[in-house]
Amino acid sequence: MSSLEQMYQQVILDHAKRPHGRGLVDPPADHRSGESHQVNPTCGDEITLRVDVDGSTVSGVSWEGQGCSISQASASVMTELVTGHDLSDVARLDAVFHDLMASRGKGLDDEDALDALGDASAFTGVSQYPARIKCALLGWAALKDSLARSGALG
Amino acid sequence: MTTTDTVRPSLTAAELAAVRADFPLLGRTVRGGRPLVYLDSAATSQKPNVVLEAEVDFYEQRNAAVHRGAHQLAEEATEAFEDARAAVARFVGADEGEIVWTPGATAALNLVAYAFSNATAGRGGAAAERFRLSPGDEIVVTEAEHHANLVPWQELCARTGAVLRWFGVDDDGRIDLSDVASVITERTRVVAFGHVSNVTGAIAPVAELVAAAKRVGAVTVLDACQSVPHLPVDLHALDVDLAAFSAHKMLGPTGVGALYGQRELLEAMPPVTTGGSMVEVVTMAETTYAPPPQRFEAGTQMVAQAVGMGVAAQWLDELGMDRVAEHERELAAELVRIGEIPGVRIVGPADARDRLAVVSFVVDGVHAHDVGQVLDDKGIAVRVGHHCAQPLHRRFGVAATARASASVYTTAEEIAAFREALSGVRAFFGVD
Repeated sequence: MSSLEQMYQQVILDHAKRPHGRGLVDPPADHRSGESHQVNPTCGDEITLRVDVDGSTVSGVSWEGQGCSISQASASVMTELVTGHDLSDVARLDAVFHDLMASRGKGLDDEDALDALGDASAFTGVSQYPARIKCALLGWAALKDSLARSGALG
Repeated sequence: MTTTDTVRPSLTAAELAAVRADFPLLGRTVRGGRPLVYLDSAATSQKPNVVLEAEVDFYEQRNAAVHRGAHQLAEEATEAFEDARAAVARFVGADEGEIVWTPGATAALNLVAYAFSNATAGRGGAAAERFRLSPGDEIVVTEAEHHANLVPWQELCARTGAVLRWFGVDDDGRIDLSDVASVITERTRVVAFGHVSNVTGAIAPVAELVAAAKRVGAVTVLDACQSVPHLPVDLHALDVDLAAFSAHKMLGPTGVGALYGQRELLEAMPPVTTGGSMVEVVTMAETTYAPPPQRFEAGTQMVAQAVGMGVAAQWLDELGMDRVAEHERELAAELVRIGEIPGVRIVGPADARDRLAVVSFVVDGVHAHDVGQVLDDKGIAVRVGHHCAQPLHRRFGVAATARASASVYTTAEEIAAFREALSGVRAFFGVD
């Protein structure tokens, strides 16, 4: 598989074409919620993401955005991955995904951590391209910021 | 733009091969051994050996502080520095005293904007009246500007109370002059515009804009970054008051560029960066300033880079800018053929008339970043993003485009390879 095919794996292309969580949803009134707008100033890609938290569980993620297939697919995969998870799990997934993006294409030695990422592990190929790492992290940055804004992190 | 009776021929295949052999970087491979197809010259050009050698030679043989010191090295360094200024001046049809070294075109445009600011704050005495702004005065730009020729004017307006106005562009990216008299009015004090758009490649109607500015006594500022490397440019003939261009886009080093100013205008312009080398008499209480261009060259200058810029200008002069322009006109005609590829839409003029070989485009269903990545995998370097022109992209309803741009060393074969690779992009992403 060429480097290009490693980056644009079918699972990424599928998510980019039919993204999950796209379309902003009003959170239930009794949940803590937060919203964040993030832009990648080098290319103009942007995302507005909303999260709502029920107790300590991320109960809903929705977003609107425009950008390349990597940024759209990453936001989609992240939405699926974190929804229904405890805040502490989400923080761990966020850290693992950042480690993966810093791996320069080598992936992670910790196979359990990689497994926990599910489809997000398909982004290993992206980490070979320094200019594209920010694309993959755009949605994650919006999630982190909206969680902080929700007040659910304590 | 160039209306000569006898158009000199473009470069022959042998000449083009010789040109390419002068650029060491063009010989390298990328992405697993693929020959480099460099189509990002509008961002920065590659450098010929003579430029690289000129910088090394300066440091090996002549390095010393210029305009001071009584030793031989200081003399030789000063001579090299000023010879470079003369070469750059000749290259753009200016006089030596009309070329100010700056760190680049962005710095040159900011220098002008801050000179207006300083004059407005009362600096420069009666001579600086032309640079003094009042609330309600207007500064005119265009929707096609690079951020470097937009943001400094926004900031100047914020500091002085002047009002920013602009010409829109039509669907081809051409500056819309249908209502010049309502945009450039008695209130207009500055008309600043790009000679050639770094996005669309469209050549601006310089004569019309200069004439309209002159009718109301406004100062004209030309961003010539994208024209000077590709067209014969005679700033005296264009009759603009001020102009900015950078070395790195015209085969020269980074870190140096030039501000051109008509002599009497530079004489009247207050200094911006102050300190050493730009003064006449300094007392503890006050300072008088050197005449231009030194008035605007405070501190130690980028001497080796300036020498490199001078050599780049000479190298282009010797090749002949009319022939460079003809070669690139042929390349532009090859580049716009991407418009024939299904799903590819050119942002800007679709034909080769009054444009340079800079073509931005979108591919339906595929983001510009993804387009660039697939091309990169074939060794083809293009720019993706908004190319520092967000308002123009907004005008066309896109956040990002991909851009292919040529220079003197670009070949028709490279553009054919680009077209072929671009033809396969939609299939790669499974877009019908």
